[in-house]
Amino acid sequence: MNFLQTVNEAWNSLYSNKMRSILTTLGIVIGVAAVIAMIAIGTGAQDTILNQISGIGTNLLFIFEGNEEDSSITVSPLTMQDANAIGDVFAAPHVELVAPVIQGSGTIKFSGETKSTQIFGVTPSFQAVRNYELIEGEFISEENVNGRASVVLIGVDVAEQLFGQSENLVGETVTIDGQPFRIIGILAPKGGGQFGSQDNVVLVPITTARSRLMTREQGKVDIIYLKAISADSVPEATSEVQEILRKRHRTDLGEDDFTIYSQQDFLTLASSITNVFKIFLSGIAGISLLVGGIGIMNIMLVSVTERTKEIGLRKAIGAKKKDILIQFLTESSLLSMMGGILGIILGWIISALVGSFATTQGVAFQPQVDLGAILLATVFSTAVGLFFGIYPANKAANLEPVEALRHE
Amino acid sequence: MDKTVIKIKDITKIYKLGDIEVPALCGVTFKVKKGEVISIMGPSGSGKSTLMNIIGCLDRLTSGEYILDNEDVSNLDDDQLAQIRNQKVGFVFQNFNLLSRSTALANVELPLRYAGITENRIEMAQKALESVGLGDRIHHKPPELSGGQQQRVAIARALINNPAIILADEPTGNLDSRSGDEIMELLLGLNKDYGTTLIIVTHDPKIAARTARTIQIFDGLIKESKS
Repeated sequence: MNFLQTVNEAWNSLYSNKMRSILTTLGIVIGVAAVIAMIAIGTGAQDTILNQISGIGTNLLFIFEGNEEDSSITVSPLTMQDANAIGDVFAAPHVELVAPVIQGSGTIKFSGETKSTQIFGVTPSFQAVRNYELIEGEFISEENVNGRASVVLIGVDVAEQLFGQSENLVGETVTIDGQPFRIIGILAPKGGGQFGSQDNVVLVPITTARSRLMTREQGKVDIIYLKAISADSVPEATSEVQEILRKRHRTDLGEDDFTIYSQQDFLTLASSITNVFKIFLSGIAGISLLVGGIGIMNIMLVSVTERTKEIGLRKAIGAKKKDILIQFLTESSLLSMMGGILGIILGWIISALVGSFATTQGVAFQPQVDLGAILLATVFSTAVGLFFGIYPANKAANLEPVEALRHE
Repeated sequence: MDKTVIKIKDITKIYKLGDIEVPALCGVTFKVKKGEVISIMGPSGSGKSTLMNIIGCLDRLTSGEYILDNEDVSNLDDDQLAQIRNQKVGFVFQNFNLLSRSTALANVELPLRYAGITENRIEMAQKALESVGLGDRIHHKPPELSGGQQQRVAIARALINNPAIILADEPTGNLDSRSGDEIMELLLGLNKDYGTTLIIVTHDPKIAARTARTIQIFDGLIKESKS
């Protein structure tokens, strides 16, 4: 039989039961829309996170204390002396800059307005290592660090909250955890990041942070940021730092009591996490597609029972098993394919809505509807229709013509 | 060329209901010549429907031999039987059995599609509808036609593949007497004009009286009478 005619006949049959066909299709529409939207959102989230990590700088290294693979070892903390040792050009020629940091959180106030914020105790090299730019003022200087000066650089979020503006604030005095600090500069906006907003921060000299804001053992630091001289020299820089720290922590025989991450490690970690996230989301969406398929099977079974007499007649005038099988399979795949197409459109709309919502929230996040997902959804939804159509169609094809004709 | 269209020899049909065997036909033998008009009569439960189903190749016989249009159809599989029905048998049912969503033309065309014919189907179907006097109704759907007109569509569908026999099961059963008469006229006219072999299953003696030959069936056995 002619293919177009078969499709046309299937369409007529579905059209004559409009409401039922629409409701059946809805199951597939929702399933496919969910798959499309989830993959798009997952891909968008992945892109955003990976871009932000790349944005940190490809030659950045982080040193934390402790060993994440073995928590039983005794850990001697990272110290300022460690940072100075790593900064030695002769011992670590591939390390360009070292920025020891202690970090915590606190409340910053200005005439009644308050904001909870992250506090970083830093040295002058922090600016270059983390690529901070200033709207106005100056960064923390060596003198500030040596003199434990009560000076602070504030992020734009903090400035907006406290002053309602982010300019002409140098020289104002704010209080952090009850202690007065003079503003010496405003940090330029960096946007959201995977570790929270990078604009809701304040930077103070590391010495001031230790003596006034956070309790730390003498000389201890939380993280040491490093900048390798280039992206290619990250492995050399890593091994130089390992050697220095093993020597200093006397761990050359045992396990390391520190961990070095490169930006590459974060990228790998983040992309494997987001991949799991993506598979998880599309798995859930896939379940709804399966439920939609069962809906199709259900309706096709009802349809076969209803049309038993028609099937009997078709067989009486010469329809073979194959003809009946094709007729019903065409109907079920047409149902699911239309559901698939509508689902793709709906999924696309949902992704776009999520994207524009994220934009209004100031998150740079764009869901990615890619061709692969669309192809997958089309093929998969049609396959669902075929698969769940097989049982009812087979039932129809195997009806005895005499029995079927007698059916009322 | 043998002039016999139907040669049925000693056929039996036994239904199995669980462990019990119910015989519906107990050794039926008869022949139908090309161009004959016969009626099959019998009370319900006599095996009339069973015989009709076997003649129409809708059902298989338990034993015996059935030769239809020089072809042994006693032991064919489902798809072969479907092809025989398509090529050699034209069915006319009591309740018309048209596809209500399709036009008269599409209904008549359907057997051609199952026959795998791809060309001139529309023209052939149109001609068949014209021959039953429905040339001006080809795009109507069955619900838009009267009972008599629907039965004419069914007859056109039965004719389309030029079958060896037309098997009509109570063709006037659902019609008022006037349309019933018209349908009988049409069927008998087809026989007269084209020599179509006609087998009419009926319980109406008035219909049977209009056929040259009547086969009576009681308890799975036949008794012939000529009128």
